[in-house]
Amino acid sequence: MARLVVLGGGVSGHTAATFAAKWLGSAHEVVVVTPNSKWNWIPSNIWVGVGQMTAEDVTFDLAPVYAKAGINYKQAKALSINPEGKESSDKPFVTIEYTEAGREGENEEVEYDYLINATGPKLNFGATPGLGEGSQLGEHTVSVCTADHAAHASDELDKCIEKMKAGERQKFLIGTGHGMCTCQGAAFEYIFNIEHELKKAGVRDMADIKWISNESFLGDFGVGGLHMKAMGFAVSSKIFAESLFTERNVDWIIGAHVSKVESGKIEYELLDGSTGEENFNFSMLIPPFAGVGIKAFGKDGSDITDTMFAPNGFLKVDANYGAGAYENWKASDWPKTYQNPTYGNVFACGIAFAPPHPISKPMKSPNGTMIGPTPPRTGMPSGIMGKTVAHSICDRILKGDNAPLHEASMAEMGAACVASAGKGVFSGTAAAMTIYPVVPDFEKYPGTGRDTDYTFGEIGLAGHWIKHILHHLFMYKAKLNPGWTMIPE
Amino acid sequence: MAHEHKHGEENIKAYGNNFTTMTPGPFAKWLRTCVIYQFIRFVIINLKMITVVKKSH
Repeated sequence: MARLVVLGGGVSGHTAATFAAKWLGSAHEVVVVTPNSKWNWIPSNIWVGVGQMTAEDVTFDLAPVYAKAGINYKQAKALSINPEGKESSDKPFVTIEYTEAGREGENEEVEYDYLINATGPKLNFGATPGLGEGSQLGEHTVSVCTADHAAHASDELDKCIEKMKAGERQKFLIGTGHGMCTCQGAAFEYIFNIEHELKKAGVRDMADIKWISNESFLGDFGVGGLHMKAMGFAVSSKIFAESLFTERNVDWIIGAHVSKVESGKIEYELLDGSTGEENFNFSMLIPPFAGVGIKAFGKDGSDITDTMFAPNGFLKVDANYGAGAYENWKASDWPKTYQNPTYGNVFACGIAFAPPHPISKPMKSPNGTMIGPTPPRTGMPSGIMGKTVAHSICDRILKGDNAPLHEASMAEMGAACVASAGKGVFSGTAAAMTIYPVVPDFEKYPGTGRDTDYTFGEIGLAGHWIKHILHHLFMYKAKLNPGWTMIPE
Repeated sequence: MAHEHKHGEENIKAYGNNFTTMTPGPFAKWLRTCVIYQFIRFVIINLKMITVVKKSH
């Protein structure tokens, strides 16, 4: 019997674990180690953050689902990986620390034959003074990164709406809280949901709404922007985003590294080296992401973290980490199999794998501050990676160690994104987009780097309907209800 | 008030951040919430998304 251990139960880890359990059957064991007791459909946190859904609507308990799937579930966080075993045993293992109520702080060594690191990120609020401490959100801003954060954001939004109804003008500042953030799309969706809710509450004229982000141009979204087919043109996402911001009367600051957060005020540095301050009454700033801090140890107990992990804490995989300057970047730098180059039975997927470099062109202020989006690895690509890695491992377990690995490069896969503005079936509008491929391939698609037959975007109610359907479809799939394997990632 | 349908244009600030962008006219806005048109778009967008999903697996 082989044992597959999956670290993380988010989109990527949950997809990998559930497919592996189905394909391997009861002859082999799948173990999931995740510190959370609930699964969260993160895209719908946006609706929780404006009070249109509750935290319960976007989460469910993992234990009964894993029991149904025959998965051994350990509510714990991974502390370290020992890929060579220890002096008394050659069997590789991970050390975990339980977070489950009643077992907090209890450690265990879990041996594995194959390991998938799908921990997702550490929400690195502590990287910006005042934004938070370590992975804990601070007191000055709100977040939509978790369902609980989003519920808190909704409460704070309600307070602002009450103040506006009482005649007090409010300033909203939404965007990224550091020069090296990703997930601009989530902040983009949140700002327009807030705008919509304020309009619904009849207080839009009492609100000033501003966007602040590390993108060098509006509509970069961490993927270097995209060109979409619209009205017979290949239109840049810059035009698309600027149009949307203008239409909704939302001002913006871009190329910004938020350097400090205080009560009601941020300080920032721009790409031109200048600095500024911005006041706010309500602010949602996405934190930068980092690896969760898992250590790695050799057989003799020596620290080999630098061998397995990149400096940012994400696990090294089959990417080209030596590409160097932007001019040398190629689509082929991006990993295909997500296998660790040193330990062939270790894989990483979702946010947990170390990307070879950003997708957006890196930029630096004259003061040396790096300001630019880091690459997104969430949503649809994250699920596809999880399934691909599970497929490879199952083949190796069932067909032998030489079974070929499956491939899923972000330079050869697309993504579908829906950014809502409101939740109504007949009110509000959403931006529905597809991008193909996620990582531009300028050799295959000279000019825009993408296939504009499959890269498009438009605004309308249809996007709302799709967002509703996706919410219910993915919650249904993640719960492993009948026919779940038929629903694509 | 006479140009309420052009409120998107009114948000443009001369030589400001958003002076070089485009804003939708009343017909483009109407299409966004026209249920019949959006139903057709819903089918088309779904087909496009399914194609992208298929190409990605």
